[in-house]
Amino acid sequence: MTELRVVGDGPVAPPRERRHLLSIADLDRDDIERLLATARSFALSQARETKKLPTLRGRLVMNVFYESSTRTSSSFEVAAKRLSADTLTVKAAGSSVDKGESLRDTVQTLAAYDPDVIVIRHPEAGAASFVARATGAHVVNAGDGKHQHPTQALLDLYTMREAFGHLDGLRVAIVGDVLHSRVARSLVQALRLVGADAFLVGPPTLLVPSLAPSTHDIDAIADADVVYVLRMQRERMLEGANFVPSLREYTARWGITTDRIRPGQRVMHPGPMNRGVEIDARVADSEASLVVDQVRSGLVVRMAVLYDLLTAGPVPVEATMEVA
Amino acid sequence: MLAGRVGSDDLVVRGARVLDPVEGVDAVLDVRVDGGTITGLAPQVDANGHRVVDGEGFVLAPAFIDPHVHLRTPGREDEETIATGTAAAAAGGYCAILAMPNTEPVVDTSEVLGALRARAATEAAVPVGFLAAITKGQTGAELTEMGALADAGAAGFTDDGRPVVAAGVMRRALQYNAVTGRTLAVHCEEPTLTRGGHAHAGHVSAELGLGGWPSLGESLMVARDLELAADTGQPVHLMHLSARESVEHLQRAHHRGVRASGEVTPHHLCLTDEAVRSLDPNVKMNPPLRAEDDRTALVDAVRDGTIAAIATDHAPHAPEEKDVPFEAAPFGVTGLETAFAALYSYLVVPGVLRLETLLERLSAGPASIFGLDRPRVAVGARANLVLIDLDGRWRVKSTTFKSRSANSWLLGKRLHAKVRLTVAAGRVVHEA
Repeated sequence: MTELRVVGDGPVAPPRERRHLLSIADLDRDDIERLLATARSFALSQARETKKLPTLRGRLVMNVFYESSTRTSSSFEVAAKRLSADTLTVKAAGSSVDKGESLRDTVQTLAAYDPDVIVIRHPEAGAASFVARATGAHVVNAGDGKHQHPTQALLDLYTMREAFGHLDGLRVAIVGDVLHSRVARSLVQALRLVGADAFLVGPPTLLVPSLAPSTHDIDAIADADVVYVLRMQRERMLEGANFVPSLREYTARWGITTDRIRPGQRVMHPGPMNRGVEIDARVADSEASLVVDQVRSGLVVRMAVLYDLLTAGPVPVEATMEVA
Repeated sequence: MLAGRVGSDDLVVRGARVLDPVEGVDAVLDVRVDGGTITGLAPQVDANGHRVVDGEGFVLAPAFIDPHVHLRTPGREDEETIATGTAAAAAGGYCAILAMPNTEPVVDTSEVLGALRARAATEAAVPVGFLAAITKGQTGAELTEMGALADAGAAGFTDDGRPVVAAGVMRRALQYNAVTGRTLAVHCEEPTLTRGGHAHAGHVSAELGLGGWPSLGESLMVARDLELAADTGQPVHLMHLSARESVEHLQRAHHRGVRASGEVTPHHLCLTDEAVRSLDPNVKMNPPLRAEDDRTALVDAVRDGTIAAIATDHAPHAPEEKDVPFEAAPFGVTGLETAFAALYSYLVVPGVLRLETLLERLSAGPASIFGLDRPRVAVGARANLVLIDLDGRWRVKSTTFKSRSANSWLLGKRLHAKVRLTVAAGRVVHEA
């Protein structure tokens, strides 16, 4: 929809209607810039003593998680609460899912409470678009199978911009298990949209050359501004598929250790980390690491996403006021 | 080999464009059917007091034969029955169909086969040939009693839904099949390459993060089965081909004189894996939709006759099975009621395929592969006819299917060409 709204003394185009955030592929560069700018306003508000904003008072945000998650589910929950929305988090374990209820029935049951937003994480690709079709709520994809994890990519962009001051022209090496990674799929698309460069490094059996330039040579990461380390996703690998001969061999060849990182490079990881497997603990805790910044960015970026889905207007004044 | 009712209807179709490419007929003619047999074919025939159907502006052609249908009976009558599946076939212009044996239980004994044939004799709208399994329980281990099954009326043999994984078993099946004289049809899939696959292994599945089902998963098995056919001197029929490499293997085999045939589905001829971006479970099939390069190779193979048959692989699924995220959904789509209209709309209207070729691949091609009587518009032939309004536009709706299932990739699409009348084995089985 491209209807124009009059704001102030001239017509401006509001963000085009986006009821859902299912995939980075649904966004354009303007969308990303708007979301990052909104996140930045919220970051300023988070520096204040009272962190809660009244913006989404009376709205209901439901987090429906069919896979285990610490940072994403807590991040969405805190984000919604900081915007004064009511929240409800449903985990598959201990719910009717254990009794064999289908995704449609679970979601329709929850939809009966008229949530404004459903945040869904699910082990199967297509689950978020399924929920979007099945309900009238705005849907945020918090990870569906190996498909997409768009808010992770957005928070990664936010983190990189904060660290480097720009995104354009940034070189990002994505290292490890790309094949099973929804994070990598979203991130590659997002980096391309903002004019950054991504390339993939890892075992040939876990690379996806059609996504981005790929190499198995770990020395290639020397060329990168950001070394983005992926988790070895043992739970998503088919039993017995033997993508790498052993974790020990993986670590020896592709593990990110202090001697593989050069000064000035920054290291990121979407978590949870397998310390000593894909990333050495000394790197994870070093000056080069942006891992904690990523978690902090996650909160404000998810606030921005919830805000953007539920409102079309400018960022509220109370969020932009800087504290003296 | 076919089980079903034989009719003795009387009928005259006036003024249709009679088009039987194999018989070399293309003219506006009247056709008279007496007691189920075509007795008149002339610019003007005497109605003999029969009911007259106005065929003006329509095409009258040999009715279609679908060599690849899942009737889901026995076992999943909630998805399809002999009655609903054959009613769907009649509505799609088919005068005969072949049913796959991957049911519950599997059609691997004369008893199961005999029971199905007995039911079809009374319930089927159009005659049905039942294929029996190659191996007991379709486990790929031990051969079924192929001789006894052929005697009991098996229309052919297949483990469809699964490959015969062991080359030694497949070789033995081809050798032994010489005693049945029936067609041995194979589902070509190398399971160690397709495990965990949900969509064609290409840039779309890479981008979407869907497990890849590579072309090689099919073509490697196609190559193996063609080599086994060459080695044993026995013919083989390759079902639902999807990959360019498979077509190339089949072409090379033909040049070497290997007796081999192939079939392709409407969805592989009309769609590519770009459709999978929708994550709509109704574009999830096995084998999967492939790239544009594969699709054009399949269309070329249909045009030049390398692939002689179009088969729907009609695979009904209960709504709750498909009403799930893409990755959780089973493979398969329905096709009987939309095949001709889809192919006409996607390939004939844009000028990619000639109507004559399409009609031949839907009828004479499959008949010849499975040794069935070829439907034809000729005096003395049993009436197996389809009357088509090529200009009739219609929208595919989930509520109007005769099939018990609605998992069609065409839902909501507007198509050209409506089947107005189907005559199967001398009986009017569909009118619209």
